[in-house]
Amino acid sequence: MASADFRTCPTTGLKVHLPAEGLIKANAVVAVVAILIGGIAALAVLLTRLPAVHILPADWFYRLLTAHALDMLVVWIIFFEIAGLYFGGTVLLNSRLAAPKVGWLAFILMVVGAGIVNAIVLMGGADVTFTSYPPLKAHPAYYLGIILFAVGTLIAVGLFFGTLAIAKKEKTYDGSLPMVTFGLMCAAIIAVLTLLHGAAIYIPTFLWSIGLLPSIDPSMYRLIFWGFGHPSQQINVCAMVAVWYLLATLTTGAKPLNEKLCRTAFLLYVLFINVASEHHLLVDPVLSTAHKIFNTGYVMHLAVLASMIHAFAVPAMTEVALRKKGYSKGLFEWLKKAPWGEPGFSSMMLSLLIFGFVGGITGVTFGTEQISIIRHNTWAITGHFHGTVVGGTTLAFMGLTYYVVPLIFRREIISKKAAQIQPYLFGIGVFIMANSMMFAGSYGIPRRHWDITFAGTAFPYAFDPTAMLFMTLAGLGGLLAIIGGAMYVLNTVGSVFFGKKL
Amino acid sequence: MSIVSPEKGWYSEPLDKEEKVWVAIALAWCLLTFFLMPVWHVVGKQNPSSESYRVDPVKFNEIATAFTEKYKVGEENGIPIVHPPAGSDVFVVAGGYQWRPILELEKGKEYRIHLSSLDFQHGFSLVSPKFVMNYMVLPGYDYVIKVTPTEAGTYSIICNEFCGMGHHIMIGKLIVK
Ligand code: HEM
Ligand SMILES: [Cu+2]
Ligand SMILES: [Cu+2]
Repeated sequence: MASADFRTCPTTGLKVHLPAEGLIKANAVVAVVAILIGGIAALAVLLTRLPAVHILPADWFYRLLTAHALDMLVVWIIFFEIAGLYFGGTVLLNSRLAAPKVGWLAFILMVVGAGIVNAIVLMGGADVTFTSYPPLKAHPAYYLGIILFAVGTLIAVGLFFGTLAIAKKEKTYDGSLPMVTFGLMCAAIIAVLTLLHGAAIYIPTFLWSIGLLPSIDPSMYRLIFWGFGHPSQQINVCAMVAVWYLLATLTTGAKPLNEKLCRTAFLLYVLFINVASEHHLLVDPVLSTAHKIFNTGYVMHLAVLASMIHAFAVPAMTEVALRKKGYSKGLFEWLKKAPWGEPGFSSMMLSLLIFGFVGGITGVTFGTEQISIIRHNTWAITGHFHGTVVGGTTLAFMGLTYYVVPLIFRREIISKKAAQIQPYLFGIGVFIMANSMMFAGSYGIPRRHWDITFAGTAFPYAFDPTAMLFMTLAGLGGLLAIIGGAMYVLNTVGSVFFGKKL
Repeated sequence: MSIVSPEKGWYSEPLDKEEKVWVAIALAWCLLTFFLMPVWHVVGKQNPSSESYRVDPVKFNEIATAFTEKYKVGEENGIPIVHPPAGSDVFVVAGGYQWRPILELEKGKEYRIHLSSLDFQHGFSLVSPKFVMNYMVLPGYDYVIKVTPTEAGTYSIICNEFCGMGHHIMIGKLIVK
């Protein structure tokens, strides 16, 4: 390998493979574009859900809801994760990227796939929401776009494994993988399993949409779709936890206290996360009670155990690092003196708290058959996953971006002040919104619903005024989160273009 | 540092006391939540039904229509109201953004409600100021829910699974006398 392909980072001393750096940049840029589009859709959808505002007509509401979910949950998160995989596989291992050209092929497939999906959704060809439950049928191009995106992702994940293999062969690092890379590797393993489920469901559905298959069984679709959809959220959990470790180290110099414990916890994700997917199907016909209880009860809790270990290990290693710096008075001096003004630190801590207390606890409770009866498909579910994937994963990724910009794009953040308060605005906003959605949902407010006043219908139903109050609160929290999100986009895009060169 | 390789020998590093205590607490908590669901399934009274059958939507519609005609006692907004015998098998059909018919059930009697859809997937969501109850309704499957209404009143059935552009107008009714 030519050493001309490398530069040494002046801040961290890490070796950066330039072709890998290009790919990290490209993937990160698309991720931010996606969160921008998804955020605009979020604003419109949020305001439409409030009966007092109700800005979109019904068809555009469902369309932008579909776009919001896909651009956020799929495009934003996965592009960011791919950038993360390339970073963890090359920079942290002092290695080169196995085959940059393959990385660009994956990138193009993913961009084209995401572009097709967005175009067809906005053209009204896929009014099916992101779950596309048959017999609702989208234009074939919709499924094709998803498949292209997934193939690109699979290639990128494969490239990551290839990179791990050559780093090992070329002995670019000494001993075992660093914790962050190990965590990302676990996420990548789950990704492969997940994408295979994705193929098993999207390929037949695509064939059905072009008339080559007569029908898709709705129950079978739900089972396999969630065999794909649920584990793909575990990729996000696993990647988020890896980012927690990364941010703890970057902001306080912390070091995992017990490598074996943390790594075992990551392995628990890989081993047990593919089950539990049937908590989406607890109030479905077809599956037997024994089946549902086994799938959602038996091994899900070992994945929860893993999260609880990480949620202990990350703050613990931070505490030890800060005490070493001399903040060792009493029980809590370290907490008081922690770098709360560092966006990386605050977003890591907020992400941990929101993920655990808002997303995690509700996930475990709503995922029981008894509670599912009263929460299934209500706004409470939407509240739950905005706790996990927005307050948790998205916030952690945002925090990391403030380091990616100086280290990879070599630009200074243009507004340090905005970066400081942004995680709080976003985190608190999501916290308020997710909790309010859950309270509103407990009154039966449905998710994905254009008009809960049922104006002009045969038998209008009036929800409890308290539920309406919680909807308004969700709206206010959501607006706060959107302001936080806009600050993130403006600050990072502004810095990449106009930040001082480092 | 999580960003560099761990020191050699990390594999045999023992757990600290705090770590052991936390893992024990976490494990105990996980076991507790693990047992709660099956135990509650046995001692509790709130379990989703697991009785369902494959059914041809056309056939299901025929059965439900015959049932509706037989026990029809009235009509509201074009939707028939039926008063079936206490304790019998009753039918609710989802389709065309309607829930048909309006059931009129008797308090304290057990019924077997058969749910199925003629077109898309729908979410049967029985709402009232006191409680909410949700079941998925899939075309091609007859989902049987055993219920014993305990309180008289009028309940709304809304749809909480996206089923197309008429999703939000899909609302029906259930009466308990
Ligand atoms: C800027 C902050 C955000 C706000 C204010 C927001 C708001 C909303 C609202 C109002 C809904 C519609 C709920 C409904 O009608 O049932 C929604 C749905 C959803 N959001 Fe967000 N969201 C935000 C960020 C995100 C992010 C970052 C992600 C993913 C990483 C995400 C993923 C989703 C998903 C998957 C849905 C479900 C769509 C469906 O039910 O079909 N959101 N969001
Ligand atoms: Cu419906
Ligand atoms: Cu519906």
